[in-house]
Amino acid sequence: MTLATQHDSGQSSLPAAGSAAPPRPPGAGPASAPATRIAIHNLTVHYGTFCAVRNVTLDIPANQVTAIIGPSGCGKSTVVRSLNRMTDLVPGARVSGEAILDGENILRPEVDVVNVRRRIGMVFQRPNPFPKSIYDNVAYGPRLHGVRDRDLDEVVERTLRGAALWDEVKDKLHQSALALSGGQQQRLCIARAMAVEPEVILMDEPASAIDPIGTLRIEELIADLRATYTIVIVTHNMQQASRVSDVTAFFTMDEDRAGYMVEFGPTIEIFTNPRNQLTEDYVSGRFG
Amino acid sequence: MRMARFWRHGDRPFGWITLLAALLLLGLVGGIAVALWQNSALSRDAFGLEFLVTSRWDPAIDRVFGALPFIQGTLVTSALALVLAIPVGVGAAIFLAELAPGWLSRPLGLLIELLAAVPSVVYGLWGLFVLIPAVAKPLGVALNGSLGFLPIFEGPVFGPSRLAAGLLLSVMVLPTIAAISRDVLFAIPNSQREGALALGATHWEVVHQVLIPYGASGLLGAIILGLGRALGETIAVTMVIGNNLDLSASLLHPGYTMASIIANEFTEATFDLYLEALIEIGLILFAMTLLINLFAQLLIWRVRRRTVGQVRV
Repeated sequence: MTLATQHDSGQSSLPAAGSAAPPRPPGAGPASAPATRIAIHNLTVHYGTFCAVRNVTLDIPANQVTAIIGPSGCGKSTVVRSLNRMTDLVPGARVSGEAILDGENILRPEVDVVNVRRRIGMVFQRPNPFPKSIYDNVAYGPRLHGVRDRDLDEVVERTLRGAALWDEVKDKLHQSALALSGGQQQRLCIARAMAVEPEVILMDEPASAIDPIGTLRIEELIADLRATYTIVIVTHNMQQASRVSDVTAFFTMDEDRAGYMVEFGPTIEIFTNPRNQLTEDYVSGRFG
Repeated sequence: MRMARFWRHGDRPFGWITLLAALLLLGLVGGIAVALWQNSALSRDAFGLEFLVTSRWDPAIDRVFGALPFIQGTLVTSALALVLAIPVGVGAAIFLAELAPGWLSRPLGLLIELLAAVPSVVYGLWGLFVLIPAVAKPLGVALNGSLGFLPIFEGPVFGPSRLAAGLLLSVMVLPTIAAISRDVLFAIPNSQREGALALGATHWEVVHQVLIPYGASGLLGAIILGLGRALGETIAVTMVIGNNLDLSASLLHPGYTMASIIANEFTEATFDLYLEALIEIGLILFAMTLLINLFAQLLIWRVRRRTVGQVRV
């Protein structure tokens, strides 16, 4: 396991990108060891009267993979979904607390959600490609954000190469994305998210519906992407968390079923030397 | 034991019974076609294919019949109805399925389904006493005043007109299109919306770039059902179209449709040729709806093949 400090310096700016690349806000890049990309402070989410997750405070480090693990219903998904405002779609959902991205609290209702979602991409539990061609799936986001048609070929190729999918699909770019295998579809969805050049990619159990080989490919991809993106991955698979992540947050539920964060630290610490008994019980398989 | 194997525990008779039901349906369609064909022999022999392209309808003196005004009336009023009802119907469906909060969407949706169940004669009465005086004539005058140089808005302006029939039909097919389109949108998996929103799409972009293409075949089906109702609608159209053999292009003139000439004159058809000419109009209407549905089905298949393809997860 590589620990994060190795690839901190100079990696935060996006790779040379076409005209599509938005200028990164000044001062966003980390100058020294683990800079925080998103600072979550006292995040609490209610669905109606039910409190799904309570008082989460967590600094997501830039250019590292942060895993969120914990038993079902502990609010893992809710936390990541609130970070790119997917919780806005749930009637009756209320989000309080702060998530600071480049000095701006992205949870405030007045924030431009379109811009937040462009900067914080998301990959979902089940692959959800659009019923369009492979090319059009990748091009969808860049087109939304005004990349001109003549630049698209280059963006699509660069993105698919970045997602290690190019060699598998280069001869069928204009065939339906739905003809790909589940694992390929999911990597296409990752590519689709990468194509808008976000700073953060959230992954909500990205391999839970994928076969073992496909899962392996996705994990390899995540390892590659860490140099360019900040990644947050929710997983109920502890081996996966230990394989792919640099830091891990362990969540569990209170008696009222509200999720909360128990412990957060370097993955190696969480799995080998947890400070909290609940964490130890969970990672050693005695619970959950 | 052998019996049980032969009957496959009831699966075999079950298969036969359902096959019989399916064949019965096919037989009914075929039977209607044959009956219409046979009972219009006199008219078909007398006028041949000219029946389709001539416009004299003279049962009193020369006993000459031609169906063109009715074919034109049916096509024009149905087309007008769709042009007006598609944007409103699909728009309402988008509002109900995508934008309206639950407390508004559910009762409104119920209301739309109720509208689809109102009997057509009631729509006809409403058209006669409300639509024509309140809308068709003032609207006709305004259209003729501003766009009268176009043949379709040529004067003089009448209240009962193709415009009135088209407007009334659009109101009648609107609930069908809206209710089915809403169901089509509801059936689209949420992951499609999330996928687009997560890339920074706006609501509008999600609707027209993701949902409408995804649901295209279903939306097309909704429109075809609406068209089916418009083509065959009889009593309401008869009440507002003016029942006139005018063959001009003007929407502001009274016209006639295939369904309304049959309804109006069937009981007055005093000699065989007259009666069989009316039956031949029925045959044409039957063939037309069949062809349009066939064409629509092909279109739906094409759209579906292009978008959905093969799903593997």
